[in-house]
Amino acid sequence: MSDFKINTNHLKLLEDEAIFIMREIAAQFEKPALLFSGGKDSIVLVHLARKAFWPAKIPFPLMHIDTGHNFDETIEFRDNLAKEFGCELIVKYVQDSINQGKAIEEKGVNASRNKLQTVTLLDAIEDEKLDCAIGGGRRDEEKARAKERFFSHRDDFGQWDPKNQRPELWNIFNGRKNMGEHFRAFPISNWTELDVWQYIMYEKIKLPSLYYTHKRKVFERDGTWLAWAPFMELKPTETVQNLDVRCRTIGDITCTGVTLSTANTLDEIVAEIAASRITERGGRADDKRSEAAMEDRKKEGYF
Amino acid sequence: MENIKPEIGLLRFTTAGSVDDGKSTLIGRLLYDSKSIFEDQLDNITETSKRKGNDEVDLSLLTDGLRAEREQGITIDVAYRYFSTPNRKFIIADTPGHIQYTRNMVTGASTADVAVILIDARNGVIEQSIRHTFIASLLDMKHIIFCVNKMDLVDFSQARFDEINKEIRELLEKVGAKNIHIIPISAKFGDNVVDKSENLKWFNGSTLLNLLETVRIADDYNSKYARFPVQYVIRPQSDDYHDFRGYAGRLAGGKIFVGDKITVLPSMLTSKIKSIEDFGNERYDAKSGDSITICLEDDIDISRGNMIVPSENLPDLAKEFNVMLCWFNEKPLQIKSKYILRHSTNEVKSILSEVNTKLNINTLEEDTDKKEIKMNDIANVTIKVASPIFIDDYKLNHVSGSIILIDEATNETVAAGMVVK
Repeated sequence: MSDFKINTNHLKLLEDEAIFIMREIAAQFEKPALLFSGGKDSIVLVHLARKAFWPAKIPFPLMHIDTGHNFDETIEFRDNLAKEFGCELIVKYVQDSINQGKAIEEKGVNASRNKLQTVTLLDAIEDEKLDCAIGGGRRDEEKARAKERFFSHRDDFGQWDPKNQRPELWNIFNGRKNMGEHFRAFPISNWTELDVWQYIMYEKIKLPSLYYTHKRKVFERDGTWLAWAPFMELKPTETVQNLDVRCRTIGDITCTGVTLSTANTLDEIVAEIAASRITERGGRADDKRSEAAMEDRKKEGYF
Repeated sequence: MENIKPEIGLLRFTTAGSVDDGKSTLIGRLLYDSKSIFEDQLDNITETSKRKGNDEVDLSLLTDGLRAEREQGITIDVAYRYFSTPNRKFIIADTPGHIQYTRNMVTGASTADVAVILIDARNGVIEQSIRHTFIASLLDMKHIIFCVNKMDLVDFSQARFDEINKEIRELLEKVGAKNIHIIPISAKFGDNVVDKSENLKWFNGSTLLNLLETVRIADDYNSKYARFPVQYVIRPQSDDYHDFRGYAGRLAGGKIFVGDKITVLPSMLTSKIKSIEDFGNERYDAKSGDSITICLEDDIDISRGNMIVPSENLPDLAKEFNVMLCWFNEKPLQIKSKYILRHSTNEVKSILSEVNTKLNINTLEEDTDKKEIKMNDIANVTIKVASPIFIDDYKLNHVSGSIILIDEATNETVAAGMVVK
């Protein structure tokens, strides 16, 4: 892909499709919410939702499932974005689920709250009486996600049954459900990581500066660079170094890989992604747990 | 997003093949040779192949996403794959060839422009090839590409390819399809997939990837055929946009211009397009596929499920019509039963009043003895709706010519239909 030229005609088609999905969600569900993590995919979702309903405001709230293990800047960015676009913001804390005894903190060096988010998310859906959670999941991210629908049905336990999904034909989406059931909707299903970056560049979408190069304390584990935070346990062989890095994805700090990079502009990032030979989830510790790690988490109700 | 060139930068295709035709291998090969496979994905499948005792990397492992699929070595459901070349972005709807083939292939093809059908060079055209070709034709693919695969197992023989070529041409006389391409390939070794084959020098045509990069799929954007199903009504009720009332939707077919005379269905009221809104950009026109918001000159009562169309060319307002129906559900079709019918953004109650003909899609002959419609069957049926809907022939417009049926009790999508006149 060294001779990769940027092809942008397809971005318009992906945008048209995603806006269509956003409007179907608003029309078919009574109380949807957009799952906002502060990462680039959810920032793109907010941008698409603004376009879909312009000049009206986005007709649903943003919801953040907060693990408490965040980059400070993500939270600041989130609050500013909600204020700037006049969005209602709901925040639900994994810590609350732990305090209530519903979720149990993982132990050991690879401890992460990523999986615990499922408990908090399912409670939030019930408490807020949501019937659709809009996510930034993309089919190119992971092989279990490749089987995901735009409108993905969840039973009254929040579970996904991948072997018995509703067929989706043309652009007719069936969001009908019984009491207690809900849907997950994925407007950017057909986008790849590179599409997302090219779109951000074209639309001049503001991102947290974590996505650009910066000095950070990092350490290497299983071939992946991880951001260091005071609550993280190190193995005896691991050392913290101060290096030029940027985040390729942003999520819970304990399982977000960083890339050694000096890319400081969107042009440089797009060029870097186009030349990259490793998928973005290759840097996510949560997916390395087993071959079907994502499938198992999704069945239980993960994003 | 202005200044985007009109030619299509995105091609959606679906793949169909029987078990062991090497479909997953072909997709793996396309991804691998176009350098769309990442190192961590390759490491992962190399390791799995080794663990299973395979000497070569099994490229089919790239597409099998669910645990049950990897364990059983089968593909359960439609999976979507992505790759790009400098010329186009591709979305592959990879559909399994054996279980629930009709349901999955119809689903995969419904959003595709091109169907790639695999034929094993050793076996030639078999029953399943007939089925796949028929479905591709039924779903009105703009191009059908036949890949005669496993040419390595027939010594790259031109004579064998010519025989199969003749079989395919005979089949097409019965099915009828537009824009046919036939290519000899070996997915396993990469012949004619991305790179031109040294073993198949006698073949003068394009490689598969070259064809996928260059086939023409653009609409002719004739404004006569514009259809605009209203998805959502936008009323900001803010100080800045106090009187704004916009109709949001995605234009399905043709082209529209500001000033066009339009008719709103079902009310039949007429108006003119006052403006086409796109996130603060003023536009004078929109073409098929664009997600836009339309404002009209007159204040008319319009809601979701209505359709805005050019006054010079109205669709049929029908209370009873025929569709080619593909049945998807384990529970067979119940004649005289009620189903919820979805047509673009509109939803109505419907009754399946009659099965006219049931087709045996393996022989393409009419099945006269039995009219029971079970999962994966295809039949011409008559549907009656509680209130009239605005339809076109599927071949004229895939959006205004398609429907799905939903079971009222389970909410499952039980069938898909294409309007035929």
